Amino acid sequence: MTFVGEVLTLVAKDLRLEWRSRARINATLFFALLTLLLFSFAAGPAQALQAANAPGYLWLALLLSSVLLLGESLRIELENDSLEALRAMAVDARALFVSKALTNALFCFLLGVVLVPVAVGLYGAEVKLGFPRLVGVVALGTLAIAAPGTLYATIAVQIRARDVLLPLLLFPVLVPGLLASVRASSLIMQGDPMDQTGSWLLLLAVFDALYWILCTLMYGRVIED
Amino acid sequence: MKRALNIGLPIVALVLVVWGAYQGLAVAPAERMMGEVYRIMYVHVPTAMMSLLAPTVVCIASLAYLMKSTRAADALAEAGAEVSVLFSTLCLVTGSIFGRPTWGVWWTWDPRLTSVAILWIAFIGYLALRRFVDDPDKRATWSAVTAIIISVDVPIVYFSVKWWNSLHQMQSNPSTVDPRMAGPLRINITAWFLVFLALLWTRYRIGRAEQDREQSTPTGEPKAVLRMSS
Repeated sequence: MTFVGEVLTLVAKDLRLEWRSRARINATLFFALLTLLLFSFAAGPAQALQAANAPGYLWLALLLSSVLLLGESLRIELENDSLEALRAMAVDARALFVSKALTNALFCFLLGVVLVPVAVGLYGAEVKLGFPRLVGVVALGTLAIAAPGTLYATIAVQIRARDVLLPLLLFPVLVPGLLASVRASSLIMQGDPMDQTGSWLLLLAVFDALYWILCTLMYGRVIED
Repeated sequence: MKRALNIGLPIVALVLVVWGAYQGLAVAPAERMMGEVYRIMYVHVPTAMMSLLAPTVVCIASLAYLMKSTRAADALAEAGAEVSVLFSTLCLVTGSIFGRPTWGVWWTWDPRLTSVAILWIAFIGYLALRRFVDDPDKRATWSAVTAIIISVDVPIVYFSVKWWNSLHQMQSNPSTVDPRMAGPLRINITAWFLVFLALLWTRYRIGRAEQDREQSTPTGEPKAVLRMSS
């Protein structure tokens, strides 16, 4: 089977598994919505402040709920030794990584697409440059979370203290990705007179490319016995 | 040779640190704008340099481990990570003390400050990971992968924060600094470099000894227990 064929088969498997229960994505969605609500309580009722901080709250909610998705997506592979079985079938480790990271990116992206209008409504923010561009930033930003996130989740689920270790390893690395996502989102929401969005998107794209390549190459070592 | 490293290096380093502190505190002239406050630079600049040198050691050792799987490389990476956390802590603390009277704030979101802070917390995560994995081979591989991910991140953090916000003064170099200040600074940099080497070497030796112990008792149990059960 070709590399692409392997990736597509594995992505289809993950999507089918998720579709059968739908519990994971539902619970995570409500967790994310709850986080958005909590941010407005923490910031106080001043509408202007909430609107100004909306991009930051949006990305933090997305980041926190992504960690839950990432951990779960790898945990199900350890149940009944599914990961062992996949390895025994001589599946290319790189295909395994790309498929897992793609599924995770897709779920985080869907989560983001739901969160964007809720955040805009809840915080009374505007989207001056239009929703399609904001959704584009969400796509690039969730790709940034998914690559190192999937690799670290694979490590974290195999050890004790996984719940605290995954964010401890992942969040520092994601700082540039988060920074670029928040800056690009806030420029799109609040207007971009200096035309800076492009440079932030470029930074985000470089971050994505670097980590997708790096993590794909190293994944074989992470899951070897 | 080993004896010289084990005993001689720390002694030379310590003597140089004391001499450097004397040079920085008593011999070097006061700075025109900052007055006496600037003298913390004689510790801050060397520790900042070491807090970047240590992660470089970790990165190279981790790459070496991923290519050759030698235990020595893993021990060197671990030693480098611990020394890195120590020097980043020193760099951040002395930087804050320096920043308060000169910039008026303890902390600012400057690219260099933020990069060192991210490095600091990332290597704490790296060390935490090492504590939680019992299998030596998995521990070495996973932490090597983690170290490489962190290393790639540092320049991106630097540039992203630079675009975002900046306050730090440009780095000085010997041509912009009074020679009476450059001399003591050179002594202090050498002194702290030797401290760095001494700590790295000592921690590396401890790491190698720990590896030997792990190999002789693969389950991590004391030998006596193994003998009784067999």
